[in-house]
Amino acid sequence: MCLGIPGRITEIWDDRGTRMALVDFGGVTRTVCLAYLPDVTVGQYTIIHAGFALTSVDEDAARQTLAMFRELGLLDEELGTAKAEVDR
Amino acid sequence: MKYLTEFRDPELARWLLDAIAATASRRWTLMEVCGGQTHAIIRHGLDQLLADQVEFIHGPGCPVCVTPLETIDRALAIAARPEVIFCSFGDMLRVPGSDTDLFTVKARGGDVRVVYSPLDAVGLAEAHPDRQVVFFAVGFETTAPANALAAVTARRRRLANFSMLVSHVLVPPAMSAVATAPGNRVEAFLAAGHVCTVMGTEQYEPLVAAHRMPIVVTGFEPLDLLDGVRHAVAQLEAGRAELANAYRRAVQPAGNPAARAILAEVFTVCDRAWRGIGTIPDSGWRLADAWRDFDAEIRFDVGGLTVAESAACRSGAVLQGLIRPPDCAAFGTTCTPRRPLGATMVSAEGACAAYFQYRRLATAGSAAPDSAGPAAGVEA
Ligand code: SF4
Repeated sequence: MCLGIPGRITEIWDDRGTRMALVDFGGVTRTVCLAYLPDVTVGQYTIIHAGFALTSVDEDAARQTLAMFRELGLLDEELGTAKAEVDR
Repeated sequence: MKYLTEFRDPELARWLLDAIAATASRRWTLMEVCGGQTHAIIRHGLDQLLADQVEFIHGPGCPVCVTPLETIDRALAIAARPEVIFCSFGDMLRVPGSDTDLFTVKARGGDVRVVYSPLDAVGLAEAHPDRQVVFFAVGFETTAPANALAAVTARRRRLANFSMLVSHVLVPPAMSAVATAPGNRVEAFLAAGHVCTVMGTEQYEPLVAAHRMPIVVTGFEPLDLLDGVRHAVAQLEAGRAELANAYRRAVQPAGNPAARAILAEVFTVCDRAWRGIGTIPDSGWRLADAWRDFDAEIRFDVGGLTVAESAACRSGAVLQGLIRPPDCAAFGTTCTPRRPLGATMVSAEGACAAYFQYRRLATAGSAAPDSAGPAAGVEA
């Protein structure tokens, strides 16, 4: 019940005053409620819990994090601090 | 899928493992608070890959596991009534009550339905005005906004036949209980990232200050977890205790303000019993007084029920990190996911179920890294 996963908003509509959306989780689609994310738009990624979108995924932050990991790896190689044994 | 596969990149995982190994001068004891994180750690074998640097103590963050026995028994009593359509998240159906479970009540003719969203239960109440529709509103801060909006929607649609059996639990008071427990070994927390998508990170500042322990808000993918560990170990090595956010793509400092506003209106903080652990002060939400007309406990008069936990199951010790699942004599023998003795064996987020699924074949008690084992589980 807690394993929220990111999906992409493909459609948004109004159901008797409540904002709803169709969200694509890599092929599986679900109807979710957008009551708590009034500003999201079609195309954005969002994390869903119990049929509700609770946070939108910040694509820039995701990219920055991945870039930082990569840098971390390069830095380790530069400084020769990487431990060979991890490959065992 | 976007932002899922990227955070499972084995090459980046190796770099993060290197970074942690280069920083750690000793083995540190961390608690991952959320059951979803426990599941990911065991599934991907991160505990084995980090065996020399980190001991993971699995936290109490599995709502299925900690929902108190008397609440389950109340659900069973309500679900067995002929006029009731009882709606629940699917993972609550096999949780054992004192005598039976929801699944059995359903097999015996009870109208128990699995819903994906609490709004589906509200829809059922609208479609069946002659029946009483009850929604089993359990979970942490992550499911609470959905459940709160179910009450709001039912009131807006003037549904007199909708009610909720509410037993919400809150994460920060449980972390405080762990940190102050006699014999606590936890040195830093990996906080549950998804709880923070709702409540934000601010609520942890007082905990960091009070317990002088690093708290790192952490996501659920292998790279997220490794990055959380990296932050925690760096702080511990430097003798620092700070709040860090290693899940920035999903978590804002203030959380979700719209959700927090509705939560503050519909729910009110109360003491809550945690299954196997006991009562933790101010660790739950119940319906606020203005919303008590939706309280199934009152409507069906099941509030008085009290029960005692079975002695065979050691899930309380598992949930507090005192023993690991294989240390329980019933593990994998009399207790399996098909016939669970305790709630920690029921849910995919339960520690016993995670060990059963991914570690059954490994020798009990061995945490040694194994090149042929799940270490390869950081998937491409
Ligand atoms: S293995 Fe089963 S009986 Fe033992 S602690 Fe886990 S849930 Fe309880």
